[in-house]
Amino acid sequence: MTLLVADNLHLWRGELHVLRGLSFSVAAGRCLQVTGVNGAGKSTLLRALAGLLPLESGSVHWRGKDTRADHYAFHSELAWLSHGTALKGDLSAPENLRFSAGLRRQFTPADVDAALAHVGFPHSDGRLARQMSAGQQRRVALARVLLLDCALWLLDEPTSNLDTRGQDMFGQILSAHLERGGLAIIATHQALAVPAARLQGLELS
Amino acid sequence: MTAPTPTAVSPGRAGWLLVLRDLRLGLRRPGEWLQPLVFFLVVTTLFPLATDPQMSRLRDMAPGALWVAALLSSLLALELLFREDGQDGSLEQLAVSGLPLSWLLLAKTCVHWLLTGLPLVLAAPIVATALGAPYAAIPGVLAALLLGSVTLSLIGAVGAGLTLGLRRGGVLLALLVLPLAVPVLIFGARATALAIALEPMAAPMYLLGAIAVLSATLAPLAAAAAVRISLE
Repeated sequence: MTLLVADNLHLWRGELHVLRGLSFSVAAGRCLQVTGVNGAGKSTLLRALAGLLPLESGSVHWRGKDTRADHYAFHSELAWLSHGTALKGDLSAPENLRFSAGLRRQFTPADVDAALAHVGFPHSDGRLARQMSAGQQRRVALARVLLLDCALWLLDEPTSNLDTRGQDMFGQILSAHLERGGLAIIATHQALAVPAARLQGLELS
Repeated sequence: MTAPTPTAVSPGRAGWLLVLRDLRLGLRRPGEWLQPLVFFLVVTTLFPLATDPQMSRLRDMAPGALWVAALLSSLLALELLFREDGQDGSLEQLAVSGLPLSWLLLAKTCVHWLLTGLPLVLAAPIVATALGAPYAAIPGVLAALLLGSVTLSLIGAVGAGLTLGLRRGGVLLALLVLPLAVPVLIFGARATALAIALEPMAAPMYLLGAIAVLSATLAPLAAAAAVRISLE
């Protein structure tokens, strides 16, 4: 079942025509990997899909409805992760998750521990986010994506700063998400460890 | 996968969680919100030193000194309102959370007022007394500053949202916010002057109240629009 349809997207950044008539669709259980040289507009595309950037023309439909017309319904099913991890330096990992994911979903402290365990973050770790390494912060941010339990993942370079084990971990949580019928649109150059049947590519030039 | 999960959170609870989070962050970094208070105290205590320390003179100057210091101190604090959340991506998360952004920003503005506006109000009795205001005037001075500081925080949120993406937005922020804040300054100082003279202060208080209600209704919407533009 095709859930997300992007039709003829055009977007300008200042003088630059970044997205030129881009069209694609993503079905449930599939992952779209966006690639392209630096500056090709991968982040721009993701931000436009999320509704953070206005489109010049074209439309994005989610479950058959225009995402611009009803962005609350669309956003309530969207887990967004960009370069900023949105972690608060003065809060610990569980505190960060409780407040940031807790704005949108109800869960128990056990769910937080489970999500942190999934991303390979030791839950006994009581350190504040500012004392963590960039890779550990990234893992906590991925734990938030898990806790949000959304149908659509929009992730911009989710594996940056992650070591090889972290990349394997990401492959596992992504596969499980697709297995459950979720969608993912991911801008990354690294190979995604998901079955080829579930993967589709989009190269920006 | 079926659409909206039944475990979704109500906007009320989301706003409350945001308040709790920002309060906790504020209490872990007292230096940030103490700065505007210290500024307010320093400016108002320097006034009597720099001028003729006659009580009657001081009393005449008190409303102006109090309100200019309060206005500048609230401007100083404004930069803290959204800057960090904008840099670390938290505002982006709020903007795509499926919750009304204006409501979430109102929650943030409330905490900002609790941490930077309320301390000024609480310090006002001491400052007003030091500037020669009679004890009977204190409730009036407090009431005017309470209404005024809430309004300044709300108006400031719009400016803070607009200057979010700028590296050195301080001067622009002041230019944007000051014209909107001038009516608060005028009526606030007038109310304080009447309170110190122990005269009825209802008229300027009504106007202050009207501005407060107007900003509470419109400022969160404008701030949300401003933040969305800054995130582009």
